[in-house]
Amino acid sequence: MMKSLISIHDFSKDEMLYVLQRAAEFEKNPSQSLLAGKVVGSIFFEPSTRTRLSFETAANRLGARVVGFSDVKNTSVSKGETLKDTIKMVANYVDLIVLRHPLEGSARYAAEVANVPVVNAGDGANQHPSQTLLDLYSIQKTQGRLDNIHITMVGDLKYGRTVHSLLQALSLFNARFKFIAPPELQMPAEYKTYLRGKGLAFEEHTDLIRNIGDADILYMTRVQQERFQDPIEYEKVKNSYSLKKSMLAKAKPTMKILHPLPRVNEIDAGVDDTPHAYYFEQARNGMFTRMAIIAYLLQGAR
Amino acid sequence: MTNEKEFKVTAIKDGTVIDHVPSKQLFKVIEILGLENYANQITFGMNLESKKLGNKAIIKIADLFFEDDDINRIALIAPQAKLNIIRNYKVVEKRSVTIPEIITGIAKCVNPHCITNHQPVETRFLAQSSDNGLLLTCCYCEKTTDSQTLRIITKEES
Repeated sequence: MMKSLISIHDFSKDEMLYVLQRAAEFEKNPSQSLLAGKVVGSIFFEPSTRTRLSFETAANRLGARVVGFSDVKNTSVSKGETLKDTIKMVANYVDLIVLRHPLEGSARYAAEVANVPVVNAGDGANQHPSQTLLDLYSIQKTQGRLDNIHITMVGDLKYGRTVHSLLQALSLFNARFKFIAPPELQMPAEYKTYLRGKGLAFEEHTDLIRNIGDADILYMTRVQQERFQDPIEYEKVKNSYSLKKSMLAKAKPTMKILHPLPRVNEIDAGVDDTPHAYYFEQARNGMFTRMAIIAYLLQGAR
Repeated sequence: MTNEKEFKVTAIKDGTVIDHVPSKQLFKVIEILGLENYANQITFGMNLESKKLGNKAIIKIADLFFEDDDINRIALIAPQAKLNIIRNYKVVEKRSVTIPEIITGIAKCVNPHCITNHQPVETRFLAQSSDNGLLLTCCYCEKTTDSQTLRIITKEES
């Protein structure tokens, strides 16, 4: 089978490091026609403007052309076509497929039926591996290393797929974790068991402000109202996990704030002009990381 | 002396005897194998004494011999089951059931958002035993189904 990127586990540590190194090269020289003549299929079964633009720009910057759809309304999918048939059809035309689909496991299945590499651009709440790689790239770029990072993860740690995948990836680099979440949204037991199995230290707290000082990376996530049964609980939590400029007084000078975006109110706009804010650059890094992923899957390591 | 227990359920001339089924799983095993659809003579007994299980069930099916795939289906709920292949009233072969490392098309994924529960995709799991019994990790959505949430796909559904 072709090499695909469906889950962060599909890449070894060496492959991750290789992709980060390629991403740094693409950042230095963002337009390289390595894939002239290639066609990338960008098939989005649910809207995700941010991720789609990032992937499509990455493909364009590599000189590839992009075909696809971002809305299933005008496709055969609305007539009841199975994912298998859609993938088989698109795979006839393109050299690589970027897939976003609301069902979990859809990307793994697509990779099994396609005869071209598939990049998972999000399969429901399951995996979004390019996000994890761009997070790693941003950490490496801002801290100068990936080893022994102190990372504080904040917000929805229960349902947030980005924190779960990042936790797994950083566990390869001896990270120290702090989990800051309301009781309703704590890190699931399976991930804590995973860390214990690897002998990695972690702490759990509900209080944000006292846990900023020792962090190299503050990883913020969106707390969504629909996760709460009681709207009053949500209002309380919403404010206590909202980061404000005044809370950063004790932060390390090199500390950077990451967020997978879109943010709502978990980072106050006043934080944006502090040297700690890094979420917009992080999104930009995503484009270079995706260039590296596409180039690696189509051309292998050079 | 012939084993007295053997006589509690009619002996068969040719066919398969599934022994050492946990009593409480008997009807599940019957359902999974789709036995209600066979015209073969089938006898079964439950709450029989067993040294191994304390309490067991047994199914005797005349003139029917199973494929390994069918039998692996029951391995998930009756891992200690033993198959006796009978020819001319004699046990000619004994088979134990084994849980395969990769389980294809037998169990349903517990995750309602998994692709296998929405589209015609055959399920596939990595099987692992743990302190809490059998754990099946879905090869597609990566979620884990345990023995409490396990649902076997019956022969009819597959």
